[in-house]
Amino acid sequence: MQQDFLTILMFMLFGAAFVVLNMVAIGRLLRSKTKYTAQKSATYECGEPTFGGAFIRFDIRFYVICLVFVIFDVEVLFLFPWAVVLKPLGWLAFIEAFVFVAVLAVGLAYVWRKGDVDWIPLHGHQAPGARLSEMDAVAAPSSAVTAPSSNPAPVTAAADG
Amino acid sequence: MNLDELTLTGLFEELPFWVDIPPFAQMTVIGLVGAAAVVLLIVAPIGLMGTYAERRVSAFMQDRCGPNYVGIPFLPRKIYTNYKWTRLFGLGQSLADGIKLLSKEDFVPPKGEPFLFIAAPVVAFAGAIGLFAALPLSDGLIAADVNVGVFYLLAVGAIEIIGVLMAGWASNNKWSLIGAMREVAQVVSYEIPMAMAALCPVLIAGSLQMTDIVAVQRTGATFWGISIPDSIAGWGAGWMIFQAFPFNIIALVIFYICVLANLKRAPFDLPESESELVSGFLTEYSGMRWGLFVLGEYGAMFALSGISATLFLGGWSGPVYSLLTAIGLPSIVAGVAEFSYKAVGLFIFMMIIRWTLPRLRLDQVMVMCYKYLVPFAMACLLFCAAAALVAR
Repeated sequence: MQQDFLTILMFMLFGAAFVVLNMVAIGRLLRSKTKYTAQKSATYECGEPTFGGAFIRFDIRFYVICLVFVIFDVEVLFLFPWAVVLKPLGWLAFIEAFVFVAVLAVGLAYVWRKGDVDWIPLHGHQAPGARLSEMDAVAAPSSAVTAPSSNPAPVTAAADG
Repeated sequence: MNLDELTLTGLFEELPFWVDIPPFAQMTVIGLVGAAAVVLLIVAPIGLMGTYAERRVSAFMQDRCGPNYVGIPFLPRKIYTNYKWTRLFGLGQSLADGIKLLSKEDFVPPKGEPFLFIAAPVVAFAGAIGLFAALPLSDGLIAADVNVGVFYLLAVGAIEIIGVLMAGWASNNKWSLIGAMREVAQVVSYEIPMAMAALCPVLIAGSLQMTDIVAVQRTGATFWGISIPDSIAGWGAGWMIFQAFPFNIIALVIFYICVLANLKRAPFDLPESESELVSGFLTEYSGMRWGLFVLGEYGAMFALSGISATLFLGGWSGPVYSLLTAIGLPSIVAGVAEFSYKAVGLFIFMMIIRWTLPRLRLDQVMVMCYKYLVPFAMACLLFCAAAALVAR
């Protein structure tokens, strides 16, 4: 049984070797040599002059999604052995799993209520569009005073006009 | 040699020196030969035919022609203008594209991270090939029948995103970084309902092993405690979607949606959405490095279609298998025929979905996963557990 994983390892090694072979052996025979120029080496940004690098810090919301994933995935992991031994163990195992999934559902409800799965967090953070109306207030302070702050659309129209 | 009882390991046992070499060497040989066969006989043709089919299907759906010009190579113009069949409906297009990709210059962005940039397609492609190792293509045609099969396939299916994240970061390009981050957020979220939906057939079968899951759809199938006779179960009545009806059908739909998200196929193609992110994490990739990413993706598409078919639609057992064995074909050939029409059907269905549905927004993708798929998958899991216990 453990030797089956040797077969799997060989599969992955062959997959890796196939890529390397394509790039190093077959590709090298067919392709021309790469000439690096300043123009070609510039990062592609749709033809605009490049500014800054991309090795930057990233949006915190991706981090929140990853945390939610870690919590749920570890809990799903516990369901795998349960699924295999369910039939021998019977209804007691079913009730235990029911409680376990209920706890999981409470966790989901908490994340749901917190607004972390909405991508634009609604609770404890800015409301959607809040940042937009702030920017408009800086750009056109006179129109921002007259327009209601909850609805950014007329402000944008006034700024454009 | 008896053709009816032919298996992959049986094929090797025909070799005269096979019994003399130690088991680990046997496994290594099986692995290398199997991997070579998978890459050269399945992944490469599927990649070539898949890109061609993708363009033809999209052209058909949008009332265009699609690639229909490149056929038999090196023919004089006079012949292929007068005899249109020599163009072979453009079948040579993907091969010509492959040669073009191979002959393109090998550009590594000097402002990025060259090592990660070069290693990224290796990781992504190896992950895609690893999916085929534990996938039963036919009766006895499985390279590594591990006892944690479903778990293994879910784990290896997630390796590709490591390659994608490497590619996105190493490119030092903002489009690539945004694309890779979106991909990771999306794939990681859809792992949860995918695992729960994959557990539904595992509960019915009581095993994670792929061959056991196929076996329970042929013999000893049950419908909420009512036993399905083996005589009709072998003709498709024992498929997992009919056991624990209708919850396994819902599980299949959830699993298939998660497969689409995992493979970043439309409507979940926002990691490489070309109208906003140029080409996502592939922006700085060109030539064969790009081609190998796409080849791995098409291989994974076929493998995951096959896994969906194996978990829920009987794998290599079903009406075509029973029909072909009844007329006297060897079991291994009939199994391949049965498996391939289901896997290819789900593969083509992915393309039809791509050209039918518009792309989702990122917040819609997250809402779809956590507010719809996860609760439904949880409910399916519990109902399937009840069905498994009723049938006990």
